[in-house]
Amino acid sequence: MIPAAFEYYRPKDMTGVLSLLGEHGDNARVIAGGHSLIPMMKLRMADVPHLIDLQGVGGLDDIELSANSIRIGAMVTQHDIIDHNGLASAAPILREAALQIADPQVRYMGTVGGNVANGDPGNDMPGLMQCLDATFTVVGLDGERDIPARQFYEAAYMTAREDEEVLTSITMPIPAGGYAYEKQKRKIGDYATAAAAVLLTKEGNTCKSASIAMTNLSDIPVYSEEAGAALVGSSLDDTAIKAAVTAVLGDIDPSEDNRGPVAFKKHLAGVILRRAIERAWSRA
Amino acid sequence: MSKKQHYKITVNGKEEEFLAEPRELLIHTLRERLKITGPHIGCETSHCGACTVTVNGKSVKSCTVFVAQADGTEITTIEGIGSPDALHPLQEAFKEHHGLQCGFCTPGMIIRASKLLEEIPNPSEEEIRFGMAGNICRCTGYQNIVKSIQAAAAEMNSAKEAAE
Repeated sequence: MIPAAFEYYRPKDMTGVLSLLGEHGDNARVIAGGHSLIPMMKLRMADVPHLIDLQGVGGLDDIELSANSIRIGAMVTQHDIIDHNGLASAAPILREAALQIADPQVRYMGTVGGNVANGDPGNDMPGLMQCLDATFTVVGLDGERDIPARQFYEAAYMTAREDEEVLTSITMPIPAGGYAYEKQKRKIGDYATAAAAVLLTKEGNTCKSASIAMTNLSDIPVYSEEAGAALVGSSLDDTAIKAAVTAVLGDIDPSEDNRGPVAFKKHLAGVILRRAIERAWSRA
Repeated sequence: MSKKQHYKITVNGKEEEFLAEPRELLIHTLRERLKITGPHIGCETSHCGACTVTVNGKSVKSCTVFVAQADGTEITTIEGIGSPDALHPLQEAFKEHHGLQCGFCTPGMIIRASKLLEEIPNPSEEEIRFGMAGNICRCTGYQNIVKSIQAAAAEMNSAKEAAE
């Protein structure tokens, strides 16, 4: 399990990273925690002649909380997310999701930026960030631009980020109301067979707003506007939940793999979504 | 082949300097280059945890780190926490409570548990099982591993209290 040879760089600042990316184009990749990229390189499924390590670039591992928004640097690890009490009280869904990713060792290394930028449909953070209506900031030689998470994913491993750009941070409004990240996996460390991210607010016994996104049930994360709309105005009775499940089943497009056939995944998507909605409602 | 580079890492308090290709995996550096053979290669695909070492205070699967990334870091392996004459409380507890059978996963288990007990000095059974979930054991069924970690935690906590 030895990857092909590569040139390794550890630039001290983003200017250095961007000039290497400019010089080597798609022969270069940046590496953060490496726990998605290194396995692919070892399998020789990813060919990376020029590997640019972001660990020497400062300013990418901060978690900043303001009155109504959260900014998470791209190099913040899953472990950092779990360990940050301020973040856990401002947006507990982040810790709930991070605890369900991989295993302890991988969470010390795996970064939020890598998880969202990689474009792997199995990653949990992309769907979560769509649910939270997060914005990704990328930087290139022409400067910074912001891309909404809900518009970032184009196909498996294909995103709105250009090859010569680097994702530097994620910004999101502080979520209100109840939340749940519900994930079904075969074992610790596995990707989701199905997972659902749900945010709900309620007024009296009526659902006032709802945001729903699904993980690993299509080649991209699936934010289902229609599923959220099916809950708004209801008291989350069975009819409303069934309508949300029906809407999600219309939006996902799972494929058969070693986690099960399509019919099973659709069934499971409904089960997981219902659980997530009920848990989020109980916390709203 | 890319050219060999000069690297410096500190392993168990000893500074090591050598030339290696950047693609060399840290587990191979430790085992084959530095002859530190406590960390084992089980799956070599970041699943089993037998290669776990502590890198700059984090439990890391050393099969999924390039030596180039580890340049400048401080690493602790099972060899760094105890010796045959002065076992670490975790080593003593694994011996006492049958926390191993074949022993292959044990170096990874113990070095991971040492970090877990730093973070949670008095863990519940659930916290131990969750915190050890990145380490696989094919022999014990985990029950005695949990017991060993609980016993080591109790021992370390009472030693700490006695010292205070």
